[in-house]
Amino acid sequence: MRSHRWTLRTIVLLYLGILIGLPVVFLVLKAFGHGFGAFWGEVTQTDALSALKLSLVIAAIAVPINTIVGVGAALLIARHDFLGKRVFDTIFDVPVAISPIIIGVSLVLAYSRIGWFGAPLARWGLNVLFTPLGVALATMSVSLPYVLRSIVPVLNEIGQDQEHAARTLGAGRLRIFWNVTLPSIRWAVLYGVTLTIARTLGEFGAVLVVSGNITGVTQTLPIYIYDSWDQRFDVLGSYSGALVLALISVAVLSILAVLRRRERKLLVDFA
Amino acid sequence: MGGGGALIVAYLSIIVLLPIAALVSHGFSISVAGRGAGLAFWRWHVSFGFRTFWSAVTATGARNAIFLSLWLSFAVAAINAVMGVAIAWVLVRDRFFGRTFLDSVIDLPFALPTIVAGVVLLAIYGPDSPIHVDLFETWMGLMLALLFVTLPFSVRSVQPVLASLDLDSEDAARTLGASGLRTFFSVVLPSLWPSVLAGFGLAFARAIGEFGSISLIAGGVPRTTTASYYIFNLTAGFLWTDAAAVSTALVVLISANVFARRFQKRLL
Repeated sequence: MRSHRWTLRTIVLLYLGILIGLPVVFLVLKAFGHGFGAFWGEVTQTDALSALKLSLVIAAIAVPINTIVGVGAALLIARHDFLGKRVFDTIFDVPVAISPIIIGVSLVLAYSRIGWFGAPLARWGLNVLFTPLGVALATMSVSLPYVLRSIVPVLNEIGQDQEHAARTLGAGRLRIFWNVTLPSIRWAVLYGVTLTIARTLGEFGAVLVVSGNITGVTQTLPIYIYDSWDQRFDVLGSYSGALVLALISVAVLSILAVLRRRERKLLVDFA
Repeated sequence: MGGGGALIVAYLSIIVLLPIAALVSHGFSISVAGRGAGLAFWRWHVSFGFRTFWSAVTATGARNAIFLSLWLSFAVAAINAVMGVAIAWVLVRDRFFGRTFLDSVIDLPFALPTIVAGVVLLAIYGPDSPIHVDLFETWMGLMLALLFVTLPFSVRSVQPVLASLDLDSEDAARTLGASGLRTFFSVVLPSLWPSVLAGFGLAFARAIGEFGSISLIAGGVPRTTTASYYIFNLTAGFLWTDAAAVSTALVVLISANVFARRFQKRLL
């Protein structure tokens, strides 16, 4: 029995070491391989900074919108019955269930010059292919479900007793939301927002299809990392950008862990 | 649903429903023309569209890419199903220094942007590998990347179920003289099966659509071109209709998998 335990432990540690440990250690070593100064120089050069800036701007658009939509939709799903509720619920999972590449292709076929609505949108001067607008749409699409999926289990768990009590006491719907419902789901909302931020900053495939990879215009940080490696052969730039995103994801994981300790109903479910 | 509901539906239409509808209609080359000769026109047009769809999907490159994605995803989901149970077991039942740390490491592939995984995996298992393992432009390189990104699905599906299992029946089996392995296979595994299958389904779906983590290690040669990579190549050459056709086929495959999972969930 003891020998089984040791064998299993060794196999698991070896597997995780090869798959996760080695790459992470290696990334840190490579990014700082020429010293911290070289890393900092790469991170603060013009193209890297403008990519970081675009990523942050896109996140600043996509995260609030998807948070409001997620909270609203969660309330509808957990507190109301309506025709087509299951279909409504399923639509939220579509963008993360299918390939990001396909999300990019479908946005182009709907809203670019060659797409369904290309002609009327072009008359307004709008186009999604090779523009920041397309990058924003792609990002909004792939980060759609996280707030909703974080809140619904908590809403179901806490039930409606307190909301009913507040209504009996004469509170209006908005007041009930701000004073009763929101305080009890605040950790779940924060959890969902954290997941949304992580996905928004890291999205690659969907953005790559619509962006056309124009430096300074449609190049987000993930695209910059790809471009540095694949087109410009600036390996250190690529590692440095990758390390910045990796550090952000470690921060994200830590926040999620803290939130899970506060609210046990929260899951690690990113799917 | 009220005004808020209507706004949400409008938003969903803009960022999900209309694009998917546009994708499928381009895939089948359905064009909505105002003129036309009634029913006969439609029958002709739709059948013509299906032929272009079929030729795009059955082109040698497309067929090979879809086949590669299917078998790789299946293999990856299967390997991680086994490793997922092993890892979950160690995390739940074993006690050693650093176990909590290990537990939080499992989520890293979720939180790490896929292109970061792609860069790092290529750096360590590519042509300049510091450990002299070169998997650049091989299916093993793709497999490694897919094992990385799907690992959390496999572990996290099984882990909570394993943690909630009652230890009494295992103790009983052991008291009756069953060995550790026998106890695992005839007492523990039967109650884990549904969660293992669920993890398999999630990992499979994720692997079949994955692009970022494999985009660099694949290198762009035909033998490592997966379905999503193939679609990306088509878009880079502005072959949007072909891209739409292959995407539609892939969407059908993925949603078949999602429906199968939902059906399976109802059976359990």
